[in-house]
Amino acid sequence: MIEFEIFGNKDTRSGFGEGLHELGMKNENVVALCADLTGSLKMDAFAKDCSERFFQVGIAEANMIGMAAGMTIGGKIPYTGTFANFSTGRVYDQIRQSVAYSNKNVKICASHAGLTLGEDGATHQILEDIGMMKMLPNMTVIVPADFNQTKQATIAIADYEGPVYLRFGRPVMPIFVRPDAKFEIGKADVLIEGSDVTIVACGHMVWKSIEAARILEEKGISVELINMHTIKPLDESTLLKSLNKTKCVVTAEEHMMAGGLGESVAQVITKNLLVPQEFVAVNDSFGESGTPMELMTKYHIDTADIVLASEKVISRKK
Amino acid sequence: MESLELKRIASQVRRDIVRMVSAVNSGHPGGSLGCADFLTVLYFDTMKHSPNPFNMDGINEDIFFLSNGHISPVWYSVLARSGYFPIQDLDGFRRLGSKLQGHPSTDKKLPGIRMASGSLGQGLSCALGVAEVKKLNNDSSTVFTLHGDGELQEGQIWEAAMYASAKKIDNLIATIDFNGRQIDGDVEDVLSLGNLKAKWEAFGWITLEMDGHNIDEIKSTLVNAKNQLGNGKPIVIIMKTEMGKGVDFMEGSHKWHGVAPNPEQLANALSQLEETLGDY
Repeated sequence: MIEFEIFGNKDTRSGFGEGLHELGMKNENVVALCADLTGSLKMDAFAKDCSERFFQVGIAEANMIGMAAGMTIGGKIPYTGTFANFSTGRVYDQIRQSVAYSNKNVKICASHAGLTLGEDGATHQILEDIGMMKMLPNMTVIVPADFNQTKQATIAIADYEGPVYLRFGRPVMPIFVRPDAKFEIGKADVLIEGSDVTIVACGHMVWKSIEAARILEEKGISVELINMHTIKPLDESTLLKSLNKTKCVVTAEEHMMAGGLGESVAQVITKNLLVPQEFVAVNDSFGESGTPMELMTKYHIDTADIVLASEKVISRKK
Repeated sequence: MESLELKRIASQVRRDIVRMVSAVNSGHPGGSLGCADFLTVLYFDTMKHSPNPFNMDGINEDIFFLSNGHISPVWYSVLARSGYFPIQDLDGFRRLGSKLQGHPSTDKKLPGIRMASGSLGQGLSCALGVAEVKKLNNDSSTVFTLHGDGELQEGQIWEAAMYASAKKIDNLIATIDFNGRQIDGDVEDVLSLGNLKAKWEAFGWITLEMDGHNIDEIKSTLVNAKNQLGNGKPIVIIMKTEMGKGVDFMEGSHKWHGVAPNPEQLANALSQLEETLGDY
């Protein structure tokens, strides 16, 4: 039986808030900007205890990104906080010119990503952000799996010089990354070792993949599970090592199939070895209102979908 | 610096502009010529800055952002002439592999450039970021920006304008190149800015006006603006200019916004602009 020590249940955005506060208390160069979503982003603690370094910009995301880029001049490390939709699509050109092309040390921190934002519906459920961000030269893209990892990543990216997109979300999910784990950008975590199929997941889908691995184990299928928390740069060596063993892969993400983690994995496969891949992702569709778990089921990014995709991909092995 | 000397520098800057754009048959001479006097005064008289070695962080230096990046020729010339990089490098303008990209960028590490610009409307926000950090760092130097008047049609400018007054950003002086022209024609016809002075005042800015071709007036207005820093309000200068100023056949029309003179037109232009410091 696949066993994981569970360290409680929390939302990943709270991991960001806690990480930002802890970081802010020890690193005076860290500044934070928020576009009227301080509570939703859990930035209150930083805003209170590091008030001189907290900048409330109002509902003006373009100005926020430009200001953050400017704040790197003079040695600060700006963290911007708003929903993923307003962190990317709304300000793509500002990020492209003032952050990515200018190669500024801005950390774009994006909450409420994907379908699990839930009831607010499709206007807010961005499913294209990973694609938009990973296409930008100089940009690092990180999608941590749980509360602890989001906190660890929030702290770790301050020590990396360059633009980062950090994506997290709203729902309360089990915490399975150890509180003392060290987050390393671009180094994937092999959570379960196995031999029949590799599941590569990011964000909330890592927990769904753990659930799927347990079901598959009962069916006699041995899963190797990789938490690919960094989409760019992708940890190709960990991926290839696993694929050389299992000879097939399922990618699982709370994102559009086009442009996401699965597409990055597919590029590695086509350049290196030919193994079948199945994609658990949203297929060219907007979301809608509903509870997070209802939406994951309806849009086929749930545990059962990972199980089905695994069985299918194994059957496609030569 | 004496006004006579500033005029001599501005004349050379204008020669550089037309020679640069003509050499590659590409670039934006009109707005560049119109801002030659202002940028000359800013870099040679007003700003406290250290050209060499260039420091990206600019601690205790006045910092300038060109938000309307398409008038890069005038900025490149002024930067070279004030010692940021060799004047001979102006010959690389818009050529493959050069640090002098069509629009200013940081990735080729051209000294003097702190932020890419070209896609309009972003420079004021970037300047606000620096202005806030200067306050955090107890750095009493000033942030300057330049914007096109057509650029004010971008919404981000007004997001930044609102922030600056609400948050009392009083270490920043923005200047608007009010030449009344944009690519498609007169600003008044394309999308009127209405009463521009009233708009900035309504946004809570100290709003000054000046003639962008009167060196003495540029100097004195910038001194006046600097004297009003630190009073809890951002400052904007609406600068009346003529697109193409200094070359008679380019003046008074939007047609030279983004068109380079051919060799014959270049010769005509150069005959109107005194070579004062030596061509690159």
